[in-house]
Amino acid sequence: MKQIAHWYLSSIGAKLVMAVTGVLLFGFVLGHMTGNLLMFAGPDAMNAYAHFLQEKGMLLLAVRAGLLAIFAVHIASAIRVHRQNRAARPEPYAVSSYLVTTYAARTIFVSGLIVLAFVIYHLLHYTLGVTNPEFLRMLDPQGRRDVYGMVITGFTNRAVALSYIVAMLLLSSHLSHGLTSLFQTLGLHGPKFKPLVNKVGPAVAIVIFIGFASIPLAVLSGRLN
Amino acid sequence: MKLDAKIPSGPMAGKWEKRKFEGKLVNPSNKRKYNIIVVGSGLAGGGAAASLGELGYNVDCFCFQDSSRRAHSIAAQGGINAAKNYQNDGDSVYRLFYDTVKGGDFRSREANVHRLAEVSAAIIDQCVAMGVPFAREYGGTLANRSFGGAQVSRTFYARGQTGQQLLLGVYSALSRQIGAGQVRMHPRTEMLDLVVVDGHAKGIVTRDLITGKIESWAADAVVLATGGYGPVFYLSTNAVGNNVTAAYRAHKKGALFANPCYTQIHPTCIPLSGDHQSKLTLMSESLRNDGRIWVPKKQGDTRTPGDIPDAERDYYLERMYPSFGNLAPRDISSRAAKRACDEGRGVGPGRLGVYLDFRDALSRLGDDTIRQRYDNLFDMYERITGENAYNMPMRIYPAIHYTMGGLWVDYDLMSNVPGLYVLGEANFSDHGANRLGASALMQGLADGCFVIPYTIAEYLAGTAPGEVGTDHDEFKKSQNEVSDRIRALLSVNGKRSATSFHRELGLLMWEKCGMARNEAGLKSALEMIPALREEFWENVKVTGSGNDLNSELERAGRVADFLEFGELLVTDAITREESCGGHFREEYQTEEGEAMRDDENFSFVGAWEYTGETPILHKENLEFEEVHLAVRSYK
Amino acid sequence: MILTLRIWRQKHARDKGRFETYEMKGVSPDMSFLEMLDVLSDSLVDRGEDALTFDNDCREGICGMCSLTINGVPHGPDQGGTVCQLHMRRYKEGDTITIEPWRVSPFPVLKDLAVDRSAFDRIIQAGGYITTNAGSAVDANAILVPRADAETAMDAAACIGCGACAASCPNGSAMLFVAAKVSHLAHLPQGAPERAQRVLSMVSQMDQEGFGNCTNHSECEAVCPKEINVSHIAKINREFIRAAVKSIF
Ligand SMILES: Cc1cc2nc3c(=O)[nH]c(=O)nc-3n(C[C@H](O)[C@H](O)[C@H](O)COP(=O)(O)OP(=O)(O)OC[C@H]3O[C@@H](n4cnc5c(N)ncnc54)[C@H](O)[C@@H]3O)c2cc1C
Ligand code: HEM
Ligand code: FES
Repeated sequence: MKQIAHWYLSSIGAKLVMAVTGVLLFGFVLGHMTGNLLMFAGPDAMNAYAHFLQEKGMLLLAVRAGLLAIFAVHIASAIRVHRQNRAARPEPYAVSSYLVTTYAARTIFVSGLIVLAFVIYHLLHYTLGVTNPEFLRMLDPQGRRDVYGMVITGFTNRAVALSYIVAMLLLSSHLSHGLTSLFQTLGLHGPKFKPLVNKVGPAVAIVIFIGFASIPLAVLSGRLN
Repeated sequence: MKLDAKIPSGPMAGKWEKRKFEGKLVNPSNKRKYNIIVVGSGLAGGGAAASLGELGYNVDCFCFQDSSRRAHSIAAQGGINAAKNYQNDGDSVYRLFYDTVKGGDFRSREANVHRLAEVSAAIIDQCVAMGVPFAREYGGTLANRSFGGAQVSRTFYARGQTGQQLLLGVYSALSRQIGAGQVRMHPRTEMLDLVVVDGHAKGIVTRDLITGKIESWAADAVVLATGGYGPVFYLSTNAVGNNVTAAYRAHKKGALFANPCYTQIHPTCIPLSGDHQSKLTLMSESLRNDGRIWVPKKQGDTRTPGDIPDAERDYYLERMYPSFGNLAPRDISSRAAKRACDEGRGVGPGRLGVYLDFRDALSRLGDDTIRQRYDNLFDMYERITGENAYNMPMRIYPAIHYTMGGLWVDYDLMSNVPGLYVLGEANFSDHGANRLGASALMQGLADGCFVIPYTIAEYLAGTAPGEVGTDHDEFKKSQNEVSDRIRALLSVNGKRSATSFHRELGLLMWEKCGMARNEAGLKSALEMIPALREEFWENVKVTGSGNDLNSELERAGRVADFLEFGELLVTDAITREESCGGHFREEYQTEEGEAMRDDENFSFVGAWEYTGETPILHKENLEFEEVHLAVRSYK
Repeated sequence: MILTLRIWRQKHARDKGRFETYEMKGVSPDMSFLEMLDVLSDSLVDRGEDALTFDNDCREGICGMCSLTINGVPHGPDQGGTVCQLHMRRYKEGDTITIEPWRVSPFPVLKDLAVDRSAFDRIIQAGGYITTNAGSAVDANAILVPRADAETAMDAAACIGCGACAASCPNGSAMLFVAAKVSHLAHLPQGAPERAQRVLSMVSQMDQEGFGNCTNHSECEAVCPKEINVSHIAKINREFIRAAVKSIF
């Protein structure tokens, strides 16, 4: 146990933990997005899916708790890594000119923080119904929770829709570096597949962005109602 | 003073065995009681510090760079020789020995050279064990190449960075000892004096280059491995920090300086481009395999090279040495280039350069082949000169590259001052008047890893550990001298920077005592150097203080020593009335302009004693039992 | 050529330091960058001012001593070279050049442009070697190394320890340096016995020195004068995982 704590506290250990938790979180994001896309299949499909999840009861709670823990570990490591990095490079160069690093890479902590803020808002908004208690009371004709209607109502508020789109932009930015980076972190990188791996992050990030942002956009443009 | 080289008796091949067996040993449990100072962390010093640490001695190691890994050994490119005979092409210890003695133009000590050849094989084994990534064949065995005109392929190499890889190997071994607390490393610390107590070397005085602190270090033996003195010529292929200070201070404390006039020139360096120049860059000699060397036939021809037709070009090496052509040995092709330039046929800025032309090779072999062979060299050339050698010939000129002379040592590598050992380029012992390519790295590692660990025990076994401490008067005296000198340098407050004096000395040395020397020139140098030295002490300007990092002060101290040492070098050159190896006296040449040795009168090591006035010459006569004296010929 | 130089001047480690601006006349395109600084420094001495301190020695790109950040880029604009290999023909009349020391906490500034890089030495001392005493080696050809492995080891071993990787890294991480050493020895059979311990010790020392974490910006690879590939960082990560897993079971 002491050993494991020791590695976790080392720089490579911390990064490994972030990569593993990052992959798991990404898995969730992917699943979540696929689920969300059921919006385009109509209210019935969407609400049936939501109902299916909610029926799982304890299991759902366990998964949520697990996700939260993973998220927490990811964030805790991120904060530690970030602070160490600031301490190692307190002073910027008077002329700063980077050669190859990307904007996404340099702002990954900030994009992560904004995603965190978004996640909190998102949970309060749709899952816990704190911001809009009426959402939890919406039911569809079959008596299931009307998730479909809730999303439509939520996104008809332009400000809310816009904030979701911006948040997804930052999540994509986070992933566009993160998903490439994790190959390197996990040691799954070599000169041969470098060109490929370097494209994976940005490519998947675009897909994620389109997948998530399509919903508020569709609502705003009136294609979903 | 009688110079006793202490060469073991008996047949050549058995001398080292005999010496190892007869030498005294230090009991393993006593080793930790002995303190040894090693100055220098190159292949020789780093190797010695690590090996002595491994044996259990307490070692303090010093270097002036910020890390032991940056010693100038790092810059060696070509490779390292060893008599492994892995290529089955007829190499042997005897052949390497023979080639080295002959290559040294019969001015080295046979017994030392034989030992060098004997231990060469163990060096490669050790380096591989340390993880040096030598070039390999597909089957996984080590690759070799032939180097510097040798008839056998005995050179091991790691791309063009052999010295770097060897030094990093040594550095890792040294790091292990530092980590284990066996060696204490003192980087950015310059040795400024040797402390001799009752005739024995007992320590050094150093300056901490960051804080300026002058400090004394006592030990039971002192090992100097401080490299060569090439920068006495200011411009050379050496690192700009290379200096003679440590060796010269030891010389002033009684150590004899042997053969300072043996200096080696490398023919393929990038020529000077202006007054600002601080060093000359070496390009691998391998370029001469495909490049053809020429100058215009006409004096002062200012046409671009492409406009000069073949009939008006003089491929002088091919003309003069038809069988070796462009591959003629270093000293011969260097002097031929100088002659061409002296005749006013040099090319490029200042007319100090000759063409190395790839035109024919490019049309014969195609761009791709040439690119494969030499691309990084062509790149380097372009980086420095801004010229593309695929389109126009390179310009090259010889430059000072290596110094064969150094402190006199006996067979055990101990100087005439008991307890003071000298290794690597800093001693004089193995290369005679000329060093063969890829042999300096071999010597450094041999001295450091495979000779000193045995021979130092002989001296230590006869000495009680920790006899003298830094509270001894000699340390105080020495420390005061060092401080006074620093104060003196800082207080001249004249008008010229130390570098300007260095440049002037270098130019003078190069012109009067460089590739070719003659009595008149040497005599005039003997007048000019003291005058320059006098001006230095009246007119040098060193800014800053002695109590912090002050590169001006460091430089000034080194230049001050060069200004004294240069005179010794010239004195040696004037005394040696013959031409041999890197020492070419114009008066002593054949009608065809080849060097003429005088074995009758000059088959000796010239070891100089410091007196404060005219130095005294001591001679160690060289006997050749094995290799018969012969004239080198490359016609 | 006339240039404007903005140079970081700092009297000693505790001094705050500031930029000084110098007008540099008569710069020849054939000068190396360091020779230009020599000329400047000499002229400062002539004026009775403190000479400019900057580390350098071999001046041919191999000792790793020179260490200047030029316009924000360690070793300056030329790829695959050190600042001592940079020549002034890279610049044009009227250019302003800002020259700073390496800026990473574990490399404190000593004076002007010179920094203390002994942290790198301590990382090597922690395990960047193969334990073998002089004299104990077997015949060199008794150890066969596939050529491809020897070449990869050499790619990594080419590191000159200049510190540009850490200096360029937005996180001040020394991973490329440490990875190069670990990867070099991990690719050779001689390095195998100490493989696990080596990576753990060296990484631990790297952390103690206060270097940052690698978040894969790859700036290090871009400025590395020996063009060492970041795939060696993947390799050290693999080595770390391997060593960690091995020591649990
Ligand atoms: C460009 C170039 C290419 C070469 N190529 C080859 C080649 O291919 N093959 C070959 O065999 N040889 C080659 N040589 C020669 C060879 O590299 C050197 O002769 C050899 O490495 C010298 O090793 P050394 O250990 O004696 O000294 P160095 O490596 O020069 O080490 C000297 C050490 O002494 C220290 N030192 C000096 N003065 C002081 C002082 N006052 N106080 C404290 N420390 C001090 C320095 O810090 C350094 O650590 C080449 C040389 C050059 C210049
Ligand atoms: C849905 C949420 C998130 C997902 C899917 C996610 C995913 C990832 C992934 C895949 C990585 C790459 C790991 C690696 O390089 O090895 C990563 C790295 C990182 N994440 Fe997250 N992350 C999320 C949320 C956050 C949050 C909330 C923060 C916090 C503040 C954060 C901060 C970071 C940081 C600092 C890195 C390291 C940067 C790097 O390695 O280049 N992440 N993330
Ligand atoms: S001075 Fe040696 S690498 Fe630049």
